[in-house]
Amino acid sequence: MYFGLSEEQKSLEENIQRFLSDNASLDIIKAVANGDEDKAKEVHKGIIELGLSGLIVPEEYGGLELNMLFATVVSTALGSGTAPVPFAGSYIMSPMAINLAGNAEQKNNWLPKIAGGEVQVGVGISEYVGAREDAGIEFTNGKVSGRSLFVIDGKGADAYILANKSGELYLIDSNNSGIEVVELTTVDKTRTSIELILNDVDAEFLEGSKDKAIIEKVLDAGRLMLAADTVGAAQVMLDKSVAYSLERKQFGRLIGSFQAVKHMCAEMAADLEPCHSMIWHAAHCQDNVPEEARLMACQTKAHISEVGKQVSKTATEVHGGMGFTDELGLHYWFKRIGLNRQLLGSPELVREEAGKLQGFDQ
Amino acid sequence: MDLEYGPQYDDFRAEVINFVKENENTKLTGPARSESRVAWQQKLIDHGYFARSIPKEYGGYGGDMDIIKLRIIAEEFAKSPIPKPAGGQGIQMLVPTLLSLGTEEQKQKYIKPTLRGEILWCQGYSEPNSGSDLASLQTKAELDGDEWVINGQKIWTSTAHLSQMCFILVRTEPDAPKHQGISYLLMPMDAEGIDRRPIKQMTGDSDFNELFLTDVRIPAENIVGKRGEGWKVANATLGHERGSLADPNVTQNRLNSLIDLMKSETIDGQRVIDKPIFRDRLLSIQGRLMAQQSNALRILSSQINEDQDANLAKSIVKLQGTELRHELEGLAIDAMGELGTLYEDSPHLRDEGAWQMTYMYFLGLIIGGGTNQIQKNIISERALGMPKEPKIQGA
Repeated sequence: MYFGLSEEQKSLEENIQRFLSDNASLDIIKAVANGDEDKAKEVHKGIIELGLSGLIVPEEYGGLELNMLFATVVSTALGSGTAPVPFAGSYIMSPMAINLAGNAEQKNNWLPKIAGGEVQVGVGISEYVGAREDAGIEFTNGKVSGRSLFVIDGKGADAYILANKSGELYLIDSNNSGIEVVELTTVDKTRTSIELILNDVDAEFLEGSKDKAIIEKVLDAGRLMLAADTVGAAQVMLDKSVAYSLERKQFGRLIGSFQAVKHMCAEMAADLEPCHSMIWHAAHCQDNVPEEARLMACQTKAHISEVGKQVSKTATEVHGGMGFTDELGLHYWFKRIGLNRQLLGSPELVREEAGKLQGFDQ
Repeated sequence: MDLEYGPQYDDFRAEVINFVKENENTKLTGPARSESRVAWQQKLIDHGYFARSIPKEYGGYGGDMDIIKLRIIAEEFAKSPIPKPAGGQGIQMLVPTLLSLGTEEQKQKYIKPTLRGEILWCQGYSEPNSGSDLASLQTKAELDGDEWVINGQKIWTSTAHLSQMCFILVRTEPDAPKHQGISYLLMPMDAEGIDRRPIKQMTGDSDFNELFLTDVRIPAENIVGKRGEGWKVANATLGHERGSLADPNVTQNRLNSLIDLMKSETIDGQRVIDKPIFRDRLLSIQGRLMAQQSNALRILSSQINEDQDANLAKSIVKLQGTELRHELEGLAIDAMGELGTLYEDSPHLRDEGAWQMTYMYFLGLIIGGGTNQIQKNIISERALGMPKEPKIQGA
């Protein structure tokens, strides 16, 4: 029995963290947030070179064929560095959807290119989780019409995978006619977000997605990636708080010697430490314990979102006025956690689903 | 990541399951230390289901320290109404202390009857003016010939009315710095000069006592460790108490009962669990519990795999576990509304008043065993490396 990360997983996490500290410093994050797309592309290229685009793609299609535990390790590392790169949608959810629900031709067309970092496929399934503004898509006679909001990793994508209300998935080449891309600006400028407005656009059905288990698996995976990203970001916020409290003096003392500050840090640590175990456990269930996987994924997304919110608030407070400034840049982590919380279901929405999974409504 | 215990444990689990099945209807009668309770403890020891790794010469089973086997025993016992092994501060705190720091004579004399449940122990630590700042304790002991003479006052002494012995912290070196002036003594509760007064708690029970000690004489050899080393001796086992105060697997049983309760209680004919806000509160608590269970697996793993570090994970268990449990019990009361306030033997009482009782009891545990504020000091200082409060001159 061993509960924890393997040496290989730990070193993968460290490699990504090292890459990000060398190549995506706070100055670069700020540049990207202020619209420097070239810098974002460089970092993106770097994570492709690290192999992250092919992380879960099967070996026969040129990927590394690693499991969800590896994927959460990567996502945690990316969150810790507020990495300005596409990941959850383009390199986890979309290859998983194509691999599980696509036919042989679709897999051959897309998976090797995803693994090689040649294409980016965005994922729009917000309307399956809970449609806002009555958005949604309809599929008739090979054509898709409608609207999809918050397509993850959709900006600059070569294709999109979208879900209708019953969870069926469609693959759409972004060059097809009838697509309008509306760029959305969220508080988190380390990642992009778009809305798609579709008018009779040619689309391929991913046949396997008739089985609802497919979208559930893709959704679980996406939620775990977002939760892991939050754990990574929140851990950095805690670490920065402790470090700051050991530098900053007031009343002739390090502020870290005041119990008010110590207790804030202890509460963050007490809330956050179990979240590392929870995300590993949830990923392990995705990989090996299917009967527990869905409930674990829902509760992990919900709980870690709550802890992330609390940690991001408290850590900002520990930094005092500096925490509120752009100069210190702590807000990039705060906003990253804020977006993760809402994507693919806010805690209340995901808990409602967790209740249904346990038959509480029966 | 590997959550399997491995096939080499299949036979052991089968053996435990078999024992549990054969003995699940065992009924223990009489008070603590009764013949049937002592016999049951001995039977558990004989089979290696209790005191498993304690050497045979001290009354244990004399088995190897295999964490997974201990876990399997706990899992299988938890599934059944079979009587559980006795606990208490003697077994949880004194026995490990004596095993690592006691003299050979002390081990021979006390461990076996403690394991068998023939000697019950209480803990004489806190004083009226020494609670969170335990090391400031003032109860003193002076050596007079071959006897210690103890004078002072102890408080929050659990089960003192049932105990035959007390492990007590006393000041023996009044001139030494406060942490270095304390000794750890073993005091028989039938000694002359011990006046015990029960403290009635908010629950209505009296689990605690005050002890007034006036010229209590005990043999000089009843000291564990050297003079002035009592603080170190006591700290060797405080961790044992804290880890056992809020086991997430017990909380899981309470959560299951809470779900049943929320399905059976109704408001205007609607089940409480069907009310969205109640259901959301229930699910939030479940989410927190699942995180704690994952944390517990990591701790278990660190005990099996010695190179794995889980210090921070361990240090938060008492804080997180007691707070969660208090909230869980409180949600049950809210789910029952006015009915949730019923107590003692009132008409319409649910579950014998256990929800209110446990709600209050866990508020006590948030305070006891090192208050949760002290826990936060420990987490921030020991796990996060933050500085201690500066000392105030003269304190």
